[in-house]
Amino acid sequence: MAENPPEVAAVHEVDLRDPLVAASLALLWPGAGHLYQRRWAKGILFLVCIVGTFLFGWDLGGQKVVYASWRPSDRRWPYLCQVWVGLPAWPALVQTAFDQPLGDDFMRAPSLVRTRHDAPNELDLWHQKYHSRFEMGTVFTMIAGLLNILVIFDAAAGPVGSSPVPSEQQRSKKKRKGPPAEKGEPDAGPAARDERQPAHEEAKR
Amino acid sequence: MNDWLLLAEIYRLWYSLPLIVTVSLVYAATRHEDLRPILQHTVRTIVWIMAFMVIVFVILYFMSGRL
Repeated sequence: MAENPPEVAAVHEVDLRDPLVAASLALLWPGAGHLYQRRWAKGILFLVCIVGTFLFGWDLGGQKVVYASWRPSDRRWPYLCQVWVGLPAWPALVQTAFDQPLGDDFMRAPSLVRTRHDAPNELDLWHQKYHSRFEMGTVFTMIAGLLNILVIFDAAAGPVGSSPVPSEQQRSKKKRKGPPAEKGEPDAGPAARDERQPAHEEAKR
Repeated sequence: MNDWLLLAEIYRLWYSLPLIVTVSLVYAATRHEDLRPILQHTVRTIVWIMAFMVIVFVILYFMSGRL
């Protein structure tokens, strides 16, 4: 009986261009890093999935679920996950920098002031109004942020098991330096070492 | 009676479907470069998550019956 051939993982070569730029772009906007690397299909996939999830969750929670707050009675831990979506979530950070909220309620933190001691504050009213959709929207937007962390790593280092192709800049640098001496390369002998010596001495001079 | 109340709340589970699909797609896409293996991995991940949820549901269902 013929044996099944062992499963071999396909190793792809991925041109990451400048990984740092790609990772920064991915952090700014989901999928932008991949589009910069000309990985069009994955860029569009990430863009649609992550921004779509974020917007769906944001709308589900009455467009109130994304805000940054570090007040003692309202520490908004979910924002630590949401912030990784990038620019779509960063207006909330801008809102925290101003005493008066900018725009019309856009990603601003709720007021915690009560008119009476037993009256609900604005955050309570949001919860009453949107009920479980507020929590659901928060979860959607958090997951969108967490997924973008995976995408940032993918833009910086390529998919698991791939071998990044050196960018054109790196290749031109290597050309200028010359081929690197590989580990374990057999020694060419004293003659070859002598050939290299004059160049080395010239550099010293 | 309680079972009927549970059924009334079950509509919220529909929200998990787009979430499962999205998470599976993005996760698979960070593991592969080509579309075909991405889709295959996505389907596997969806099945795995659904199976996990069903197992947890069954365990919790029987545990709640004994309480």
